[in-house]
Amino acid sequence: MNLFRNNADFKLDVLREVGNIGAGNAATALSTLLNKPVDMAVPTVNLLPFEEIAERVGGSEAVVIAIFLRVEGDAPGNMFFIINREPARRILQGLLGFNAAENDEYSELELSALNEIGNILAGSYLSSLADFTGLRMSPTVPSLAVDMAGAILSYGLLQFGTMGDDALLIDTTFLEGQQEAEGHFFLIPDPESFEKLFRALGVPF
Amino acid sequence: MTEGTLIKVGMADLNIAEGGAVLKTTGLGSCVGLTLFDPDLRIGGMAHIMLPSSDIAREGQLNIAKYADTAVPELVNRLRSRGAAIHRLIAKMAGGAQMFAFMGGADTMRIGPRNVEATKLELERFSIRLVSEDTGGNYGRTVELYSHTGIFLIRSVQHGVKEI
Repeated sequence: MNLFRNNADFKLDVLREVGNIGAGNAATALSTLLNKPVDMAVPTVNLLPFEEIAERVGGSEAVVIAIFLRVEGDAPGNMFFIINREPARRILQGLLGFNAAENDEYSELELSALNEIGNILAGSYLSSLADFTGLRMSPTVPSLAVDMAGAILSYGLLQFGTMGDDALLIDTTFLEGQQEAEGHFFLIPDPESFEKLFRALGVPF
Repeated sequence: MTEGTLIKVGMADLNIAEGGAVLKTTGLGSCVGLTLFDPDLRIGGMAHIMLPSSDIAREGQLNIAKYADTAVPELVNRLRSRGAAIHRLIAKMAGGAQMFAFMGGADTMRIGPRNVEATKLELERFSIRLVSEDTGGNYGRTVELYSHTGIFLIRSVQHGVKEI
C-alpha cells in the first residue's frame, strides 16, 4: 500500500501500539468478567494476502465462533473477536456456571452470552482507542456466527477487496494462563482509515 | 491431471480442470463459487468471486478473478481455449450468503445477494444455462466440482454435504 512507502517500520509500530492499547483494555475487561487472569501476546501487524488471514485461526474451513461488528465514526473498519469452540465452552462455563455447549449445540442463552462478551470487549477496545487517538469510534451492534473461518473473515475484507488482494490486520492473541490462543482480536481498519489514524497520532507520512 | 487430483481455488481466484481432477474452494461466505462444465469434453472451471463489479476496483493491477463481470468471461475463455463450447456449458453455483444480520443494511452488508445477481447476469449474457444453485442463507460453504462427472458438492457446518 502507498501509505507505507515512507516510515513503514514506524507506522507498523504505531499500529502495533494501537492493538496493544485496545486489546489490553479488552483483556482487562475479559479478566474482570471471568474473574481470572487473562494475558495477551504482543499484537502482530501484517499486510496479509486474503488467503492467509484465515490461517491465523486454523484455516479457511476451521469452525470458529466469531463476533463481528463494524467500527463507525472517524476511522471506520471491521472488528472480529474470534474464539475456538473449546475456550468458548470454558468461558461460558465460568460465566453461566453450568456445562455449556454440549455437542457444540449452543442455546439461545449461550449465544447471547457470547455476543455480549464480544460486545463488552469490542467496546473496551474501541473506547480506549478513541481516547488514545481523539478520534470518534463507535461499534455497531455486534453479530455472532459459528461457522467456517474463511466464510466469516471474508466479510471483513470487502473494503480491501477493491484495492488489492491483501488486507492490513492488527491481530492480538488472548492467552488464559499458559494456554495458547484463547481468542483473537482482529482489527481491520478500512483502507481510508489509516491516514486518519496516523494523522491523529502525529505520524508523519 | 490425473483422476482425483485436487486443484485448490483460492479467494478471488479461478482455475480449470479436466481428466477427473477436482476443483475445490473453501470457506465461501458472501463470495460466490461458480462452476462451468462441458459434459462432452468433461472439463470444468471454477471461480471464487468476491465482488460484483470491477467498476468499483481501485487496484492497480486488476485481479479479474475477483469480480463477477470479469471472472465469468475469463473462465469462459479459458474453457473455450481448451475446446469447450459455450452452448454446451452448464453452470452451477453456491455461496452468496449473508453471514451477519444487521439492522439497516448498508450496501456492503448485502454483498452476498449482489454477487449472486451479478454472476447470474453474466451467465445470461453468455446464454449459459444455470442448472442448479445453492445460494443465500447465512452460512459458509466449501464446494467441489468433479471434472469427470460435473457433480458439484457443497459442504457446510450446519447442513452437512449436499450434491447438486
